[in-house]
Order: sequence, then C-alpha cells, then structure tokens
Amino acid sequence: MKTGHVITSRRTILTGLTSGAGLLLAGCPDPLPPTYGNVLRMADNLTYRAQRLLLPRNSLAREYDRRDITSIPAIGTTNPANPHEGLFDAAGGAAYERLQRGDFADWRLRIEGSVTRPGSYSLSDLKRFPARTQITRHTCEEGWSAIAEWTGVPLHRVLEAAGIRPGARFVNFHAFDAIVDSIDMFDALHPQTILAYGMNGRDLPVAHGAPLRVRVERQLGYKSVKFIHRISVTDEFYDPGKLGPLQAGWAWYVGI
Amino acid sequence: MSSGHTRWVRATHWVLAASVLTLAVTGFTILMAHPRLYWGTVGNDLTPALIELPVSRNYRHGGWEVSTPAFPDGGRALSAIRTYDILNENGWARSLHFLAAWLLLVTGTIYLLAGLFSGHLRRDLVPRRGELAGRLLRNDLAAHLRPRTRPAQGGPPYGLLQKCTYCAVVFLGLPLMVLTGLAMSPAMTAAYPFLSGVWGGTQSARTIHFCVFVALMLFVVIHLVMVSLSGFRRQMRAMTFGKLT
Repeated sequence: MKTGHVITSRRTILTGLTSGAGLLLAGCPDPLPPTYGNVLRMADNLTYRAQRLLLPRNSLAREYDRRDITSIPAIGTTNPANPHEGLFDAAGGAAYERLQRGDFADWRLRIEGSVTRPGSYSLSDLKRFPARTQITRHTCEEGWSAIAEWTGVPLHRVLEAAGIRPGARFVNFHAFDAIVDSIDMFDALHPQTILAYGMNGRDLPVAHGAPLRVRVERQLGYKSVKFIHRISVTDEFYDPGKLGPLQAGWAWYVGI
Repeated sequence: MSSGHTRWVRATHWVLAASVLTLAVTGFTILMAHPRLYWGTVGNDLTPALIELPVSRNYRHGGWEVSTPAFPDGGRALSAIRTYDILNENGWARSLHFLAAWLLLVTGTIYLLAGLFSGHLRRDLVPRRGELAGRLLRNDLAAHLRPRTRPAQGGPPYGLLQKCTYCAVVFLGLPLMVLTGLAMSPAMTAAYPFLSGVWGGTQSARTIHFCVFVALMLFVVIHLVMVSLSGFRRQMRAMTFGKLT
C-alpha cells in the first residue's frame, strides 16, 4: 500500500527529531558537511553544532508589519539569462530565457531524491498549497539588511506531499545560475522556511529570484537560493563542488 | 616588589591577544565589504547611513541600476540592481572571525572563572574602596603625563588608571563585543529577540560593535605604548616567562 509511506506532519516532525538526535550523538553517521581539512570549516561546524544543540528548535524569526518594509538591494545573480553575470550557466541561462518569455507558465519544480513520490510542480500547483505570507528581515553577509514581505508555500508542505523518507537529512536547491546549496532538516521543516513566489504583494521579480526562491529566515541571505528549478532530498551531505558555497570559500551553515 | 604574572594569566593573556588581533583584522575586512553604519533594525545601500567610512573601494561605490518601487502601491521603498562588483573577502574573513570569536569566548571564560576563584580579579584588577577618589585619579593621570615612566614591575600590583583600564576592557569592552556580535546572528536573534532588542536593532548592534572595536584598538595602542615606555623587553619577559629576577 502506498499510504504506508505517506509521511504526515507528525511523522515529518519525528523524522526531523531523529535527524536532530543523530546530529548530536557521537557514533551516529556524521551528518556534518566536509571540512576538507580546513580549520575555518571546523569553526563553522562548531557553530553549527552549538546552535543546533543550544537554540530552541522552532523559534520563529521576528515578523514585521507592512509599514516596516524597506528598500532592498538586488545583488548576486539578478538575471540567470544574462551571460555577463558573475555566475552564468549556458544551458540554465537558455532555459531560463525561454521560460521567462512564456511568463514561467512552462516552468516546473522537480522534486527528487530521498522521497517516496518524486515529481514536478508547476507554479499553479504550488499556489494550490496553503500559502504563508511573512514580513521578515533579510540579513546579508556583507553587513546590510532589509525588510520585505514574502509569500509562498511552506517547504514542509511540499516535502510532505513528496513523502520524505526517514533517512533524509538534507534538502538541496538547484538554481538556473548553476548554484547548488543545501539546508538540513531542521531548517527545511521550519514553519518560516518557504518557497516564495510572491514579494511585497506581487509576483516575485526576476531580480529577486523569479519564479521561485527559498526563504530560510534563520540564516544569512545567501542561503535563500534564488531561481530554483529542482529540489533534491539526500540522506548524506551532497557536495556540489565549485557550484556550492563550501568550495567557493563560503560557510555552509550561516545562522551566525 | 611584584610577585609576577601567574602561569594562567600569562597563558590566557597571549591566547586572548592572538584572538583579539585576529578578530580585529578579520572584523575590519568584513567592514570593508560594507563600510556603512546604521541605527535601528535595518539599513542598506538604498537607505540613509549614519556614518560612511572611507575604508575600501566600496565607499560610496555607486553602480545601481534604475530603482523600481519595491511595493506595487508605490511608497518610498525601492529595489535596485547592483551593477558594481564590490570588494568582498567575507568568505574567509567571516569564518576566521568566528573561529577567533570561539577562542575568545572559551579563553575569556577560563580567565574570568580563574580570576574569580583565585582572587586575581578582586585583588589585582578591581580598584579598592577609597582608591577611586578624584585626587588619586588626578595624581595618577599626572604621573602618566610625565616624560619618565617607572620601570616595569612585571606584574601586579597595578596602578590606579591601569586597574580602571583593565576593568573596562575585561568587564565592559569584551563582553559588549560578544553581546553585540551575537545580536547580529539571525539564528540567535530568532531564538532570543532581546539580544538585538536591547541595542535597538541589529544594525544598532553592528554600529556599537564597531565603536567598541575602535575603543579596544585605542586600548591596545596605549597598552603597547605603556609596555614600551616601562621597558619592553622586561615586560615581554614577565608576561611570557613569569617572575622577573
């Protein structure tokens, strides 16, 4: 019976708890990202372990009022179809340009990996899920911050629909500009972690990651990957090499 | 005659010195990525700054594509695309900053606990009752302004201004740095909103973090000047190997 594999909200939380316990217990398979022998990465992992151990699991990032919304710079990739961007992927750029011309009607989000029902979702499929709107602070590693309103589907609802397997520990986001980045199940199942298709009361603008971006509110801005087209769920840390933040010189966990 | 610096004071002094130096260099590198300071919860290139520091080529860099309203119903909130390739070394600078911060936190805690239980803080650092009289402070200040400095004792007892300065660094400066630093962490502030609330927001905390950094660097400079004036080699020997003979 298929229903035997359906992961309900409750089981999702249990899965999260088991991954969490595994994170803190010695002897369990180590789910920490690799350090490549780099001392800097060891400190990053220490921060990761300490925050996961000491901070309340489901504390919410502060949410603001509409009148608190501020100006917000668009940085990093602001159009994956532009070959002059710092990060550009020819195939991804061509696909993005075609989809953008069609107003993203043909865009689909693929979900695969450690899930019982891999599949793909159109924007209207995603909009049929119960939506969440949150006005939160975006904190950039550069030092600035901004407040904006984000509307989207909580990631945990999409993961429940796809049926995450009990061994699943990481959720990876693949973007049109070839960026790949991941978060752990703690953040993936957090109620404020959403796949946002709306910003400040309208469709997500291209410069801010259209048609879909992640919002990970308890980490720095660069974890909120823009322009995503694929989500892969993995049991182990997936190392995307130079496409990921780690080997490009950036910390993987940035709750600090 | 001084009894010299105890072994744990010497050890923690040098570890803390190394972490403060690392924190200063990496902190300044992080500041260079965005040399604008703000007051309140948020601030960015599209909002007014409290102070702009001319410390990197990012200073007033310009390079913004035409701004569009961030709101459909207008309003003052804007969104603009950055076209300028900023100087940003935060990849290593942030990680190294936090590595040094861990070292400071652990060593600082050891120092405070050892200092508390050994009586070092009470005996050598905190000014005694009656010592904080205006006349005594004025006398010690006048003594510091004289061209000749007394040769180093190589440890406690410390002078009055020396005690006050060390107390300010140990009980005020460094704890403020840790607290305002934590107030910038998105995970920490989600868990404990008062961490940034007490400073009036994360950007206020960042500004205070910078001001206290300046104060601490001023301390380091004066500290090194005093060490040099009172006999650099003797002082270094005392802080590294212990009692002067």
